[in-house]
Amino acid sequence: MSEKKIPEFSANWSAEEQGKWGLVVDQDLCTGCQACVTACAMENNIPFVGEEDAAYGRAMHWIRIERFWEGVYPEVKATPFQPVMCQQCGAAPCEPVCPVFASVHSQAEQLNIQVYNRCVGTRYCANNCPYVARTFNWRDYERPEPLPNQLNPDVTVRRRGIMEKCTFCVQRIKRAEDRAKSEGREVYDGEVEPACVQACPAEALTFGRLDDPESAVSKKARSGRGVKLLEDLGTLPHVTYLKGGA
Amino acid sequence: MSATHAHETDHELEHLRREHLMLDPKPRGEMNRMIMEAMHTTSWRFRLTFAFLVLVVLVCLFGVWGYMIAEGLGVAGVTVPIYWGIFLVNTVFWIGISHAGTFVSALLRVFKAEYRRPFTRAAELMTTFGLVQAGLSIFFHMGRVWLSYWLFPYPNERQLWPNFHSPLSWDFLAINTYLMASTMYLFLPLIPDLAMARDRSTGWRKVFYRILSLGFRGTEGEWAHLRIAMNIFAFAILPVMFSVHTIVSWDFAAAMRPGWSSTIFGPYFVVGALQSGLSAVAMVLVVVRGTMKNMKYFIRPEVFDALGKLMLVISMAWAYFFFNDYMVQWYGGDKFTDALLHFHEEGPLGWMWFAMLILNVAVPWLTLWNKKVRRTPWAIFAIGLGVNVAMWFERYIIVPISLTINRMPFTWREHVPGVEIPLGIGTLAFFILLYMAASKLVPLVPVWEVQEGQLAHSVRKVGKEVVVSVADME
Repeated sequence: MSEKKIPEFSANWSAEEQGKWGLVVDQDLCTGCQACVTACAMENNIPFVGEEDAAYGRAMHWIRIERFWEGVYPEVKATPFQPVMCQQCGAAPCEPVCPVFASVHSQAEQLNIQVYNRCVGTRYCANNCPYVARTFNWRDYERPEPLPNQLNPDVTVRRRGIMEKCTFCVQRIKRAEDRAKSEGREVYDGEVEPACVQACPAEALTFGRLDDPESAVSKKARSGRGVKLLEDLGTLPHVTYLKGGA
Repeated sequence: MSATHAHETDHELEHLRREHLMLDPKPRGEMNRMIMEAMHTTSWRFRLTFAFLVLVVLVCLFGVWGYMIAEGLGVAGVTVPIYWGIFLVNTVFWIGISHAGTFVSALLRVFKAEYRRPFTRAAELMTTFGLVQAGLSIFFHMGRVWLSYWLFPYPNERQLWPNFHSPLSWDFLAINTYLMASTMYLFLPLIPDLAMARDRSTGWRKVFYRILSLGFRGTEGEWAHLRIAMNIFAFAILPVMFSVHTIVSWDFAAAMRPGWSSTIFGPYFVVGALQSGLSAVAMVLVVVRGTMKNMKYFIRPEVFDALGKLMLVISMAWAYFFFNDYMVQWYGGDKFTDALLHFHEEGPLGWMWFAMLILNVAVPWLTLWNKKVRRTPWAIFAIGLGVNVAMWFERYIIVPISLTINRMPFTWREHVPGVEIPLGIGTLAFFILLYMAASKLVPLVPVWEVQEGQLAHSVRKVGKEVVVSVADME
């Protein structure tokens, strides 16, 4: 008769300065080709919302390419493209506001996790995300044949009424970790690539371990060109943007 | 000489009686009969309106809601980045309406304002029925409403609890607390009147009142217990009212968004709730007085006079908090907040912002100082309607309009309401429907409270002066 131990929940919203997994976006290399957007949609079973909903701003993408310009036509100067996805904040504003713990922090991977089957759809997390990185399933979107054959078996297909967002392709992270564990080694740098990183033809995206000072991603993140989006909010994002290079 | 004095005194007495319900007593039997008659009389207009409202509720509320549950929230107007739309506007609006009901009743009871006696019940009913609409609007808003019970902290095998860090969890608990407290507060003073109705009814009504009046016979001991219970609730409900609307404001104030993260939102929302709720009480009383039998005796211009003064004071308080909130946000100098404040006034819905200020501040200030206006029921109704429209605009500006502007300019977008409109109309119809049903099922005027007040009041002549005195009943 062993006593059943139930682990106690401890809410720890405090900052983790460094983080585990990180992404670097080189805006000087980004061509705005949207390959990352497409690859992300394929990898993560993101539905097509149709013309009407897309025109109304409900297009479901976990990553979007923001483009801006300066000046007035004809003296228009384009500024670098800005791909925006979930910044996997160390102190994420989306987490404490969820009334049912559907938006939680993974202590193991130090990522923001969205628990689809716990979400009741209050959309508070989306309101509180300063990066507007979250998307909502406004309807059950149609997936005509043969599209269901393309679905990724590693990723849940979401139904109407729930929130979702970029996971840093956590299914790929887990697969790499499992493989490394079975081979008795650590995950090596560059072994894990989210779909967007894999698809980027300009190699503007780099993914890897931030807690490894020798990894490509942490070297780039430390470079002088690195900035974080809305850094003054203190959300401690794990995505670094590089721009202003030659 | 003395004859003229006597004449003047008589005149004054006559005037006092006409003016104040408390100084114009009727025999208990007659008053009970008047109330029973008001409950039993239904005109064809009442039946027609009732049938129409039933239709509206069935189609606009349950029909459209069912359609939305089946289709998903895509049929509503909410989108990126306006994740919260008119559903939450309506939620805050109805919570605001409901707050004033119990607040007016409890505050005036605690401070022993005598003019409260005929209309406390009408105000309390508004609370319960308003909260029903607020709750419904929250359920409309949820993506997966069939799982809304997950917000309750109930024991379950998965050891999952609601997140007590979330303002929405506090909100859910606060609204439930208020619903239960205000329903009990409505029920307690109802018991003697239900017992009165029980003794004067036959058929199914007799059964209905017998069950609800809990065997109240009016003994000294029963009254003593009832008074203690009512007193506890009257005092306890006031801080609960303040806390609930403050917590509603935290849904916004605790979020990190330009225009929302404002420390003054708590009291600003409380005053806003009183602003709309008081006006709604006045509007309901105008309708009740105009449409129900024998109500002109109970609800006299003195009631509108007093409520008009309260409305004026609350309007001033609202203007102060609005200015304070605006000033602090503007002075903060955050560029996104600045863009938002400009969007409020110059955006495509800038007219709403100006209409809010005109109907909430300018109109009450320019009219309610005048005693003649305050004593004219239709004028009070019109001003109250304006204030309620303005307060709905205020919530619309706080929710969807403020959500249009965020810190990622690439995502800025305006929103077009969808099924929010029929569902909003449905909640309004449901509120009126519940109220109409209640007006025929429970005594809308707390008879025992009026009778008690009339017993306590007396008019005496001291020398040449007419003196009104009130005995302390407790």
